[in-house]
Amino acid sequence: MATLELSIDEDVAVSAVARTRRLGPLFWMAIVWMIVVFAAAALADLLPLPSPTDMDMLARRAPASALHWLGTDGLGRDELARLVYGARISLTVGLCAPVIGVTIGGALGILAGYFRGRLESLIVGSMDVLLAFPPLILALAVTAYLGQSLLNLTCILGVLGVPAFMRVARAATLTLARREFVIAAQALGATHARILLRELLPNVFLPLLAFFLLGVAVTIVVEGALSFLGLGVPPPISSWGSMIGEGRESLEIAPRLAFLPAITMFLTVLSFNLVGDALKALTDPRQSAL
Amino acid sequence: MLGFVARRLVYLLPVLVAVSLLTFLIASLLPGDLAYVILGDQATPEKVAALRHDMGLDHPIWWRYISWLGHVIEGDFGRSFRTGQTVLQAVAERLPVSFELMLLAELGALVIGIPLAIACAVRSGGAFDRFMTGTAFGMLSVPAFLSAILLIYLFAVELRWLPATGYVPFAEDPIGNLRCFVLPSLTLALGEWPVLMRVLRSDMITTLQEDYIAMARAKGLTPSRILLVHALKPSSLTLVTVTGINIGRLIGGTVIVESIFALPGIGRLLIGAIYTRDLVILQGVVLVVACGYVLMNFIVDMLYAVLDPRIRHGHA
Repeated sequence: MATLELSIDEDVAVSAVARTRRLGPLFWMAIVWMIVVFAAAALADLLPLPSPTDMDMLARRAPASALHWLGTDGLGRDELARLVYGARISLTVGLCAPVIGVTIGGALGILAGYFRGRLESLIVGSMDVLLAFPPLILALAVTAYLGQSLLNLTCILGVLGVPAFMRVARAATLTLARREFVIAAQALGATHARILLRELLPNVFLPLLAFFLLGVAVTIVVEGALSFLGLGVPPPISSWGSMIGEGRESLEIAPRLAFLPAITMFLTVLSFNLVGDALKALTDPRQSAL
Repeated sequence: MLGFVARRLVYLLPVLVAVSLLTFLIASLLPGDLAYVILGDQATPEKVAALRHDMGLDHPIWWRYISWLGHVIEGDFGRSFRTGQTVLQAVAERLPVSFELMLLAELGALVIGIPLAIACAVRSGGAFDRFMTGTAFGMLSVPAFLSAILLIYLFAVELRWLPATGYVPFAEDPIGNLRCFVLPSLTLALGEWPVLMRVLRSDMITTLQEDYIAMARAKGLTPSRILLVHALKPSSLTLVTVTGINIGRLIGGTVIVESIFALPGIGRLLIGAIYTRDLVILQGVVLVVACGYVLMNFIVDMLYAVLDPRIRHGHA
């Protein structure tokens, strides 16, 4: 649909100057935060943390102490440990789902943009059907039927990302396919496979990467929303979304239980958005003159 | 214009059919037999077989799809096997709540977004513009459930100005009804205004560089007249489109916000159906929402064409 076609272009018009300026300290702070969260998630088992699932009914909603650095939650579980292990879930889903999306969507987009014709109509048409569902509704419905598990959640969110990646790849391929180096390759008798893999793919890769980071941010948010509603990863595994959901119950007594995961999630999403946006500004074909 | 509408309508039909097929397939192909869900784990094979026969589950899948689609076209979306309510009744009861929420949210977003966009565009690159652009960017990283928690904490827990949850029908108590909607719609508006502001701001900056704006200035028109009368309408094309695109996000946000603030809308119907595994309601609601979404996009397309003649004549 014509209106949907514009969805990825909505903020392109912001001037290039304003964007390059963002590659300043904020960009690097975002990188540092991402590294911290990644390291914490990857090394969670090695860190000297209490167990995220051990309950201590005598120390429910305990304030910060030497044993529990950020206190404990409503069931006496260590808040910091739950945050760190929650980062694992959020990042696993947040990274794996866009990988599915970028692989399928990227491949379809390059094929559609290069071969055009019926194949393109078919691909674009089927993506339009997928886009006819509000994403969260589709995710909710499919999880309801498939059952809640980490794998199901990742696959669903991955498939939901396919149309967006398809469009980015197709838009980039459409412009690239008319460029001299592709025509030259064709004139030299290169096979379709060679042109697709050696000429187009490396050039489509960067815009896709920038969009991938924005995809990670969106996925973390959607995973958080599902977990918040109790329809994400099943308990007792902690996820930032489910922690915020649990913290909401004790908003009057211990607001930090909702705010700590909320701030962590906000900073992480913001970091991915900042870095993705900066990369997008650098790689957007509309801004780099040919 | 008629030709354009016809072309879009022709495109609309296959999409709607595909949407119904996908909705049906999600519900039918995935593991878990509806008969078992209804009868529970303790059901005898005979009972299950009988119910499967009654519900037509023993027919081939294409036949089931055709007969289901036939019923849907006649307006029969099925009946909840938990509450006995028809899907249509349940949806009709709850739709006004969701509509009111979305309408108020979109209004709120426009009320926040438009003035800020104009103020930013007038002095683009200035301190206020940079500050607001940054704020808008940050706000885009705040999911609806985060701002909901924040607003509840601020206005319901700390200040105690507004109710955290609850719903009063408009007919009973209009003021109380609106009070219930303040926090939910503000939650959604907080997520929407940055998108609207960014789009309108950049369009407005482009418009303000046009010759006819310089002409209007030269004629000595007041700045407010130039901005509101001469610049706003031509700058609001993308705004209309984006408002349309955002309906999808807004519907998703509505689901979350309704369940947080306990508003009896479509979103809560959906979530409730998932919790109780009421698959008929779930299938019906997904179909209604998806079709509604497709139709809304169609309407936005039309609106866009009315505003911009170039779309009508090009091959949009």
